[in-house]
Amino acid sequence: MSEPILEVENLSKSYGGVHAVRGVSFSLRAGEILALIGPNGAGKSTCFNMLNGQISRDSGSVRILGRDTAGMRPREIWRLGVGRTFQITATYPSMTVRENVQVAILSHHRELGRLFGFAGARHRTEADRLLGLVGMQELAARPCGELAYGDLKRLELAIALVNEPRLLLMDEPTAGMAPKERVDLMRLTASIAREQSIGVLFTEHDMDVVFEHADRIMVLNRGQLIASGTPGEVRNNPDVKAVYLGEGSVYGGEAA
Amino acid sequence: MKLEIHKLNSYYGPAHILFDVDISVGTGEVVALLGRNGAGKSTTFRSIVGLVARREGRIVFDGEDITNRPTHEIVRRGLGYVPEDRRIFTELTVEENLMVGAQPARDGAPCWTPEKLYTLFPNLGEMRGRLGGRMSGGEQQMLTIARTLMGNPSLVLLDEPSEGLAPKIVEEMANAILAMKNEGLSIVLSEQNLHFARLISDRAYIIESGRIRFGGTIRELEESPEIRDAYLAV
Amino acid sequence: MEFFVVQFLTGLASAASLFLVASGLSIIFGVTRIVNFAHGAFYMLGAYVAYTLTERFEGFFGFWGGILLAALVVAAIGALLEIVLLRRIYRAPELFQLLATFGVTLMVQDLVVMIWGPEDLVGPRAPGLRGAVDILGLAVPTYDLFLIVLGPLVLGALWILFHRTRWGVLVRAATQDRDMVAALGVNQTWLFTSVFALGIFLAGLGGALQIPRNAVTHLMDLSIIVEVFVVVVIGGLGSVLGAFIAAVLVSELNAFGILVFPKISIVLVFLVMACVLIVRPWGLLGRPEGPARQPAGLSIRPWHPMSPNQRLLMLALVVVAGFVPLVAGNYVLTVLAEIAVFALFAASLHFLMTVGGLASFGHAAYFGLGAYGAAFATTMFGAPMVASLLLGPLLGVAGAILFGWFCVRLSGVYFAMLTLAFAQIAWSIAFQWVEVTGGDNGILGVWPASWASSPAAFYWLALAVSVAGIAALRVLVFSPFGYALRATRDSALRSEAIGIDRARVQWAAFIIAGTFAGIAGALFAFLKGSVFPDNLAIPMSVDGLVMVLLGGIETVSGAVVGAVVYKALAIWLVSQTDLSKLVLGAVIVLLVVAFPKGIVGFAEDLMARRRARTDDGGAALAAPAKAAPAAPGSGAAPIAAPKMEAAR
Repeated sequence: MSEPILEVENLSKSYGGVHAVRGVSFSLRAGEILALIGPNGAGKSTCFNMLNGQISRDSGSVRILGRDTAGMRPREIWRLGVGRTFQITATYPSMTVRENVQVAILSHHRELGRLFGFAGARHRTEADRLLGLVGMQELAARPCGELAYGDLKRLELAIALVNEPRLLLMDEPTAGMAPKERVDLMRLTASIAREQSIGVLFTEHDMDVVFEHADRIMVLNRGQLIASGTPGEVRNNPDVKAVYLGEGSVYGGEAA
Repeated sequence: MKLEIHKLNSYYGPAHILFDVDISVGTGEVVALLGRNGAGKSTTFRSIVGLVARREGRIVFDGEDITNRPTHEIVRRGLGYVPEDRRIFTELTVEENLMVGAQPARDGAPCWTPEKLYTLFPNLGEMRGRLGGRMSGGEQQMLTIARTLMGNPSLVLLDEPSEGLAPKIVEEMANAILAMKNEGLSIVLSEQNLHFARLISDRAYIIESGRIRFGGTIRELEESPEIRDAYLAV
Repeated sequence: MEFFVVQFLTGLASAASLFLVASGLSIIFGVTRIVNFAHGAFYMLGAYVAYTLTERFEGFFGFWGGILLAALVVAAIGALLEIVLLRRIYRAPELFQLLATFGVTLMVQDLVVMIWGPEDLVGPRAPGLRGAVDILGLAVPTYDLFLIVLGPLVLGALWILFHRTRWGVLVRAATQDRDMVAALGVNQTWLFTSVFALGIFLAGLGGALQIPRNAVTHLMDLSIIVEVFVVVVIGGLGSVLGAFIAAVLVSELNAFGILVFPKISIVLVFLVMACVLIVRPWGLLGRPEGPARQPAGLSIRPWHPMSPNQRLLMLALVVVAGFVPLVAGNYVLTVLAEIAVFALFAASLHFLMTVGGLASFGHAAYFGLGAYGAAFATTMFGAPMVASLLLGPLLGVAGAILFGWFCVRLSGVYFAMLTLAFAQIAWSIAFQWVEVTGGDNGILGVWPASWASSPAAFYWLALAVSVAGIAALRVLVFSPFGYALRATRDSALRSEAIGIDRARVQWAAFIIAGTFAGIAGALFAFLKGSVFPDNLAIPMSVDGLVMVLLGGIETVSGAVVGAVVYKALAIWLVSQTDLSKLVLGAVIVLLVVAFPKGIVGFAEDLMARRRARTDDGGAALAAPAKAAPAAPGSGAAPIAAPKMEAAR
């Protein structure tokens, strides 16, 4: 079970002559949790959005499960088995929590074109199973617009799992959450990833989360990868300290 | 006391969010309001500056009751507010952003000019003509604080100043806040990053489910791990 | 050649007034997010007040002082309107303010006739600028040259105002985030009022400056407001320079279009607008709007299908409606048939607007096309009524397929404006293609079959078709497709990320809405026995919007209630008073202030509050947010203000 889920080679993108991402290469195996960190504006979001198909790339290749994604739209990449959560959550506030999941399931089964029948009655059990997986079953009937932020993040995870993904792309999954919620969410993500052998790529600013949960860390600065390795290797890398980590006074872990 | 809050209750529509919140801030003090997301930190700040429509209780600032004043009047009395999502004017330049925040100087508060702010935040000085939308997250966070300081406040509410910033930038932010304190500013900041908060704060409150659960010095907080674990636990 | 130069100069002179009015609209929209439908009314008021003042005070100072004073008087009226009316409804759902300003427009139309009479008035010529200048052997009025110079001067003055004064910087800041401006100590209440007054001043000035060139009429508000919308959209909302360029472009198109393409002169401007929007969806100099703004119709009170009891109640209502012919006379039945037709029309627009979040300002196009389709089928091919009712809507469907494909590429206000442009194109064709459509004379003799010719029979037909159509639309709302449509409305980002093809779903919704509008239009043709270009004109589109908004944009059944109330009120008022527009406008304004969520939205709030009270069983109103899950499906949903605000 160690064939690469995601292979990125020489990925580049520039805006008006400025290189946002330059020559980034890496790969991700099933069940592996890979963190992408770096200063604000280093190109993490650009990188992410290219993997996801939201923006086109200038050069390089991205292969997901062996398929080149050149020219594919986000919705086509999703059909390959790629789940996505957003830095600022994107859910459907006018629907209930369960309906949010049901829409994704209906889309997965290509049933959203049907003009008859009550959609709210379809795939209820499957939706509740997924909500149970992230511990939200008792919130299923709540209007999504009322949820607390941490719950929205969990809901996004449930939605991302709808199409039995092989790859999860999570953009700052724990931003805006309390420390305990952060740990809970990442533990949950890690256990699901290992169980279902999903490869996870995430960006994050909370170093406590990164150092505890990532198997491997890549550091991006000015569009280029400057370091890559295990948490221990990265945290003691002097280049990474200079551009990103600083003196280590504002995060915890063993060093503090 | 610089700012005293007595039995503050706030509501969003029919939903009761804050319950009998009591907070006091002395002149020149840095006070941290700690708690998880959704605990009521932002609502507390928004209630103080009058951005929550329905609020009850008493908010006294510089000896005057400001509970039922409109937002702009509260701010003009010298109570500055930096929102959590920065809300930079992306279509305006750095200089113009600062101009929007400008208010006349007042007694008992440090007086800020763009030049003085450029020394506090050297990055901003190098990009005066740049549009707010073309700045990185860290630079925007600096700008939003500088913009509020242009109002020459005597007390500033900082809502999650370290959120979403690289550790190195957070260290710079801590230094900037300590410099503001040295100018004589009173500061209340809401935080989830305990490491950051204890670097700069004198005292701390913990808020949970809209209620204040702890109030004391940073030292007292460090000496009561059971409280920390109950409300902030990692 | 000489002639073309002079024509060009005439176009430039017309551009000046157009620019003044359009920049005012653009500035107001930028800060307050209000699409000020009353802007044309203030332009007209500027002209009338200037007429009165310049008649009273003669001479050089009398004239120029009168022009300036007229603009100031109108600006003061505008400020008063902002203080008395608009301040109360800034927090209402977007587009609701459009409804209020539409009500004001109706009132002004009647007031102007009351004060100044229905005849056209010819104002004095400008002292000092009465003559003409000889250019290439042709006489060009000196006043035109003055206007040509004035336009760029005003543009420059506005630029300085917005970039070199603190007030201007505050306005630009508020354009982006008005709450943040308040949180920095700026009194936004007065900032809004001053911005509104400035915008209205520009409109009034534009109107006042027209009096030496054109007669003052009580119809000039509608003719300018459409052109101004076009200018603002081509130029880019919020861009003053864009408004200037677009004003010149539109004026020159008007000046030369009539020479070069007389057959399609009216269409030309709208064709250009459609092209610009397709190539640059946010206008020439506008900026793409962030997707964060809350779309129309987004409710945080989840919808539920009707309970069995509610279904029985609806059935009972329909049965009662079916027995009305036993007690009502012919006139009442004809009126009720018309109301049924409009209920279906409103329901079709509601599907697009509320469920799809796509506010169409040109939905009458598909209604009118359906009507023309039925008329063609009957008069040209001699089809029987039932066949015409089936074939006619196909023309509406075809229009929706074609126009919709372009429209769904845009969103928000730009979507609204492109639908308006297409509706105007359809209207222009109906108006100018006289050989086929009969032009202004319309097509007569579209009579129902003999079995449906009695008022009672036609009422039953209209009721049956309308109820079936509305029921079908309601089924669609809760079908998987309805969920897909709501998904694209709630979050385009999330929808794309779970495999939904947004454009395709919205296009399908556009076609569905167009189909039902077309059915309503075909019925309407047989009800009236005729079709006219008016059937697809702007007032018809606005009627649809008013019905949906009045009923409540966040509700499932608001449109039908809104249609019944509005149409009944309008028909009744016309029969009761000569000042029907004044009264109707006032009623709309009052309803907007009293029920900012619409009639049905208000009723739902009331019921939700009552239910919340009984749920609590008299206990203190503690944290009802937590009480909600205890009563799933009750629809009693407290608001979620913090998250929604943060999303902006």
